Amino acid sequence: MNSASKLPTNPLALIAELTHRCPLHCVYCSNPLELQNRASELGTETWTHIFQEAAQMGVLQVDLTGGEPLARTDIIELVHAARTAGLYVNLITSGLPLDEVRLAKLIAAGLDHLQLSFQGAREEIAAEISGTKSHAQKLRVLEWLKQVRVAITLNFVIHRDNIDQIEEMLALAQSSSATRAEFANVQYYGWALANRERLLPTRAQLDRSITTLKSAQDRLRGKIRVEYVVPDYYAKYPKPCMGGWGRRLMLITPTGEALPCHAAQIIPGLQFENVKYRSLREIWETSAAFQRFRGEAWMQEPCKTCDRREQDFGGCRCQALLLSGDASATDPVCSLAPTRGKVDAILEAVNNPSTTAPALTGPAWLYRPNPA
Amino acid sequence: MTPDMQSHPRLAPGCRLGENNQQRVLLMPERALRLNGPSLEIVQRCDGKHTVQQIITELQQIYSKAEPKKVETDILDYLARLQDQRALDFA
Repeated sequence: MNSASKLPTNPLALIAELTHRCPLHCVYCSNPLELQNRASELGTETWTHIFQEAAQMGVLQVDLTGGEPLARTDIIELVHAARTAGLYVNLITSGLPLDEVRLAKLIAAGLDHLQLSFQGAREEIAAEISGTKSHAQKLRVLEWLKQVRVAITLNFVIHRDNIDQIEEMLALAQSSSATRAEFANVQYYGWALANRERLLPTRAQLDRSITTLKSAQDRLRGKIRVEYVVPDYYAKYPKPCMGGWGRRLMLITPTGEALPCHAAQIIPGLQFENVKYRSLREIWETSAAFQRFRGEAWMQEPCKTCDRREQDFGGCRCQALLLSGDASATDPVCSLAPTRGKVDAILEAVNNPSTTAPALTGPAWLYRPNPA
Repeated sequence: MTPDMQSHPRLAPGCRLGENNQQRVLLMPERALRLNGPSLEIVQRCDGKHTVQQIITELQQIYSKAEPKKVETDILDYLARLQDQRALDFA
């Protein structure tokens, strides 16, 4: 329907990374390795202005995220500002800096949807992955959520050490008032890439989990919408990252840089613009970074002549850079990519450790810190 | 699953009507459905007061040129789709 050469008129969703501060230290955090501190964060007024601009240009939804968005003392004002601007307001939270009073205020301010992240179905694994004790608090939040009217998603980030506990996670979702449960396998950028060798599940684990999740989708139909994302290293074709570069989403960092995706800052040579100095519409339509991989002109073979190029847009630019050294290359997870061998070698090491790696235990976790 | 004719559908928590560039949409977690003509007429009646049967009767009147049985089937299919998305509760 939409030709890749046509300029997308506006993003559909805005991802507002309000802060990099977070009480958790998750080993797969999607924030960049270089975290921004509180002093450099945008203020309430600037965010309010961004939400108004976004709604005016046709954005439907905003994801208030971080870091931990509840680390912002002005979060109630920000929810109210986004809703008043006309946006559908999603809050993506660990639930840690939350109590019943604050929850009621968030909902009164216009929160539409709360997504609560879980590091597992049990305290031990959750504590190891997040480098902090947080699971019991999340269970308390689930009880408070039963008393209020808001859409609720439980988000489970999946990896080798918890992928065999999906039935327990489903049971947790069923015992809650959630209408949606998301099982998102870790994607390998930044912190997750640094910890990849301990996080990647085996193929047997993945196959079992997909069987479990497919049957849960049928069993829970009409009660809980079960969605899942597989690790793309195991896929035949790449994911249409962010729905295509500069096509559907715009991300604003805590300091106001406008990015086409979470990891875009790792790509050398891209110049990002700041919302403090230019309007969202100008950035979306004319900034070099948003234009760089929009459409098809930048593509190389095999993408350039591939029938799937308007479905997956050549996959993820950041992954192409990280695994092949060239951000314009075909995403190496694609079975048609000349560099697919690199991904296969990584999978071989995970699935047949005896033939490839001498180490029986993985490397130590690299935890993300909490910036000041 | 087919909704019960006497049940009262209403939008689930976090699902609401919105508007964007003169296009009505049904907003829900991480998703937005475009609403046009009949789909908008249906969603506007998912208010916890109309029964499924009443929604069908009213739309059969609005779309009186269409085959009534076809209107009924289309509405039941659409309500089932919305339920799959967890956009509706039935009381």
